[in-house]
Amino acid sequence: MSDLKHILFVDDSPRDTKLALKAFQEYSLANRIVSLEDGEEALDYLYRRERFADRDNEMPSFILLDLKMPKVDGLEVLRIVKSDPALKVIPVVIMTSSREEQDLVSSYQLGVNAFVVKPVNFKEFVDAVKMVGGFWGVLNEPPPGGLGASAQSMTS
Amino acid sequence: MKSLRDMPIKRKVTLVILLICWVIVFLACAAMGTYQIVQVRLVLERDTTVLADVVANNTQAALSFHNENDAKETLHALEAVPYVDAACLYSSDGSLFADYSRWQAKASFPDKPPGDGYHFEPRHMVVVRPVMLNNKRIGSILLRTDLREISDRLKLLGVVTGLVLLGSGGLAKVLASRLQQSISQPIVTLTEAVRVMTERKDYTVHLPEPSRDETGSLTVAFNQLLTEIHQLNSQLEQRVRERTRQLEEANKELEAFSYSVSHDLRAPLRHIQGYVELLSAATNGHLSAEAREDLQVISDASNGMGHLIDDLLAFSRTGRTELRTETVHLDGLVQESIRGLEHATRGRNIVWKISPLPAVLGDRGTLRQVFANLVGNAVKYSGPRDPAVIEVGCAGEEDGGALLFVRDNGVGFNMKYLPKLFGVFQRLHKASEFEGTGIGLAIVQRIIHRHGGRVRAEGALNQGATFYFTLKQAAPEPASKEQERQL
Repeated sequence: MSDLKHILFVDDSPRDTKLALKAFQEYSLANRIVSLEDGEEALDYLYRRERFADRDNEMPSFILLDLKMPKVDGLEVLRIVKSDPALKVIPVVIMTSSREEQDLVSSYQLGVNAFVVKPVNFKEFVDAVKMVGGFWGVLNEPPPGGLGASAQSMTS
Repeated sequence: MKSLRDMPIKRKVTLVILLICWVIVFLACAAMGTYQIVQVRLVLERDTTVLADVVANNTQAALSFHNENDAKETLHALEAVPYVDAACLYSSDGSLFADYSRWQAKASFPDKPPGDGYHFEPRHMVVVRPVMLNNKRIGSILLRTDLREISDRLKLLGVVTGLVLLGSGGLAKVLASRLQQSISQPIVTLTEAVRVMTERKDYTVHLPEPSRDETGSLTVAFNQLLTEIHQLNSQLEQRVRERTRQLEEANKELEAFSYSVSHDLRAPLRHIQGYVELLSAATNGHLSAEAREDLQVISDASNGMGHLIDDLLAFSRTGRTELRTETVHLDGLVQESIRGLEHATRGRNIVWKISPLPAVLGDRGTLRQVFANLVGNAVKYSGPRDPAVIEVGCAGEEDGGALLFVRDNGVGFNMKYLPKLFGVFQRLHKASEFEGTGIGLAIVQRIIHRHGGRVRAEGALNQGATFYFTLKQAAPEPASKEQERQL
């Protein structure tokens, strides 16, 4: 399982992040989790800019993205990722408190891979995180490395 | 005959003028005819009487000397008088003495002379005068005149009258159709304008003002009315636009509000729940039983609040989402809603009585919600029954729509709480008896109202409940190929 790629987790709420990390922990997910607090950071990370300028060039197995975030919100990150030929191969899962239809519609129009509403109930929340992590992080076959490599050559 | 009332005003006016004209002409002709007939009779009677006296004088000698030939000759002189067609002479003893007839056929005369004077027979007038000699009656003369002249005159008069009636009728019609225009044309124009106005809802029409009479002032009043309606209309439109804008703004605010309720209120709840879990895990075994119970209360309370928020959002969504009207086959919807309740019905003894349901016009998604809520309630509140009996059916028609019902034999409700039944977050049962937030029926009512239908409930405590609602029926569809195959 050592060849499992990391998961990019973007949520502005440290409380939710902690809960999600706990859930991953409980599931003993082997993937490394990179946790960021807003959309701007996420974009910096993906494009290896600013403080992520010298990170390794591995792309995440998938991005777990909150919608409502300061500076750059989740939809904007999704739009940029899905309109960049190099990045759009990375699966993006929206995980949010909102179940507003407009968010669902916009997310799917922008090409989201999955949309999960965060359950209020903790056990359900843990289950949801486990399921998402298990499917997209372990079960799902990520795009071949060649695609990721081309992304690096384009972004660097 | 088509009643005069329903006739167009143009024809009414023409008809009235024609009738009046004909009556006058007819009366005038009749009066003239009567006068003429009377006049001719008087003249004829006078002339014939004089003629009879003259002939009587000329036949004195022949009669007194019993000279029949002379008498005949004298009578024959009457040939010069065209209107006398027969005559005869009676002797003093009353026997026929001599006669004369204008035509070959011998006229028939009475055997005895009738009394002096004149009388009318069909087509004839008969005048009888005495033949006197030295103040002594020696016989009677009878003259019969032909009345054909009078009847000819009458016929002529009839023909003339007819021609005059026809001519005057034609003339009156031409005149009437010209004249009536000044009366009926403005009314016809006005009527046409009103028709256009009401049909096209076009209040910008303006009529020319034709005259200063009543129709003229009617037109003026009508124009004023139109102007006023037009103004009121545009004011109303302006106001509607304004209000719509305000409503749209309010609606946007409401959407933003419910969005933030959805997102921002749920997050802290999740945190309460999550951290209570983390806390209980961290203090595993170190907490007193009471403290663990308290933590459970916090968890349950936040859980409950989460459900309330979800329900409130669902309720506000049923008011906002657009309805897509299509033909919905309710049979399928009911089956779907029953399948959706599987986890609630598992292990229960439920007798389902589902009658065939009609196809209705409505929004499939929200109608599915209606059945899910009503059937869900029926399942929930019949929990204590074994077996539970749940009926879904159509109870005929009401308000021109299909009257549908969902009935159960559950715990029912007291009718005095009926007004509360469809309220938001109104519950008639303790949470410990039956779970729920009290939003289901409020959602049902809102959906049915948005479909233009009505909802009502009947029930009695411990004797079950029936929920009725109406939906517009879909027009019967021609049997589809699939149905035909099934047949």
